[in-house]
Amino acid sequence: MSRVLLIARRELFAYLRSPLGTVILAAALLVDGIYFYALGLSEKLVSADVLREFFYGASGSTMIASLFLSMRLFAEERQTGTLVLLNTSPIKDWEIVAGKFLSAFAVIGALTLLTAYMPALIFVNGKVSIGHILVGYAGLLLLASAAIAIGIFGSALARSQVVAIIISAVILVSFLALWKVARAADPPLNRFLSALALHHDNFRPFMLGRLEFGRVAYYVAMTYFFLLASTKVLEARRWR
Amino acid sequence: MIEIQELYKYYGDRRAIGPLSVEIGKGEIIGLLGLNGAGKTTTLRILACDLVPTSGTVKVGGSDVVADPDAVRARVGYLPDRPPLYDDMSVTEYLSFAAKLRRVAKADVAKRVADAVELTELGEVRSQIIGTLSHGFRQRVGIAQAIVHRPEFVVLDEPISGLDPVQIVEMRELVRALRGDHTVIVSSHILTELSETCDRLLVIEQGRIAWSGTEQELFTKFGRGMQLTVTVRGGSEQQVAALVKAVKGVVDAELTTPSEPGDGIVTVRIGSSQDVRDAVCRELVKADLQVLELVRRHGLEDMVLKLLGGEEIERRRGRRKLEPEGGPPSKHESAGEPS
Repeated sequence: MSRVLLIARRELFAYLRSPLGTVILAAALLVDGIYFYALGLSEKLVSADVLREFFYGASGSTMIASLFLSMRLFAEERQTGTLVLLNTSPIKDWEIVAGKFLSAFAVIGALTLLTAYMPALIFVNGKVSIGHILVGYAGLLLLASAAIAIGIFGSALARSQVVAIIISAVILVSFLALWKVARAADPPLNRFLSALALHHDNFRPFMLGRLEFGRVAYYVAMTYFFLLASTKVLEARRWR
Repeated sequence: MIEIQELYKYYGDRRAIGPLSVEIGKGEIIGLLGLNGAGKTTTLRILACDLVPTSGTVKVGGSDVVADPDAVRARVGYLPDRPPLYDDMSVTEYLSFAAKLRRVAKADVAKRVADAVELTELGEVRSQIIGTLSHGFRQRVGIAQAIVHRPEFVVLDEPISGLDPVQIVEMRELVRALRGDHTVIVSSHILTELSETCDRLLVIEQGRIAWSGTEQELFTKFGRGMQLTVTVRGGSEQQVAALVKAVKGVVDAELTTPSEPGDGIVTVRIGSSQDVRDAVCRELVKADLQVLELVRRHGLEDMVLKLLGGEEIERRRGRRKLEPEGGPPSKHESAGEPS
């Protein structure tokens, strides 16, 4: 575990020293802020609806930020030749992947924390439950973890960060669009595709403040699957 | 000790290495010599557990690179041809990170980093960001990360690549300083560099060990005759050349640019079939010429070319002959478009 944290610290350090982390955080916060401001000014929505819409908007910016944060994690190392240092050190591939995941997740955690003033404003001026806020944020973090894992997988496959984010975006959008495909499919395939969709059916309960075990398990499974796939990509590169 | 038995590595259908078998004893400094594409880097990457062999066994200190790679990694320090440096870290931050990755106990990290900094003479740049360092210092940091955990085996892939002459001398001293505490494997295609630094040479050709032995053994087997350069003062070029050519055993004498400035200085390159140093000196002194310098040139390159049987050289020359003058055809030319 100590080496996982060692890798995570190194990556966090890289985010802090390069403008990338700051720029992504600032851009995501700006988008979230504008979206929330637009919702807050709307008189048609009650407090719970504003909160629901806030989580909906934040989920989009969080997914995009997750992809941008994770695109460099392996592609940059391969481009600069530093991956050799990790590959020739007595450290497991899963520890490398886990460390990198933790660093990106910590940055997304910071982003999420920095948006907390928005629901707090609703709480002060309106009537929403703390449970709704906490469940919504839990959903955001779970969605982010799945998006980061997809981003890491794309980064593990590519040497260029541009290619990495394209691969990740294609995978992410494919999983997002599954609910649409599900509508056109017949039972029981439609239920299966709908259950696999990254956002629609799986995120909606969190937006509404409902904590459902199945939805939590879905995001955990997605995260695990793509992190495992990334680990296998690293292992396979030694055998090529 | 490193034991390599019947090692093969294929990239797709192309054989990069194999069959390759060799044993390397403790404390040796080994020079891995070969032309580009001979399989040097692949061999070193397998030793460092960066690549998995297709077949065969590689044991480092008794641990197998496939069955127990982490045990091997803990014992090996590896500098690839491109040092794996994080440009955003300072030298000490980076070395501390590398030490912790290699399982150095937390309490020992500062001491190990200080030792590596001292050995590689990085003291003056220890707080500097790596991205701002010169090429020579970057190579030193690369070596420092390879030895910071005090590995039994240090694997250096082309450590002098891109260095200026002063840095080459410094790097040579640095590699020599590793002698005793570490078994060192250095790869290079600059033959004289290896002969200056290494106890034993492994000549690798098309993925196989073509020859193994000391420089002296190489010289004895393939280096019959001698290459000399003599610089004299006080005679004309014609006189010096004639005197040297008259010496028994001299096969070839060729005037070359004087090795030092001044009037009446003549330098001759001599090829001989035997040791003619004393005879050449005697003849020149008898003619009342001042012998300023007599240097034996190590014809290691020539010897290795002989060793490789000239096949690879002929193959490359043949390939060049097929190319038009001025290098390979451009994309436009090869596509049949007007340039």
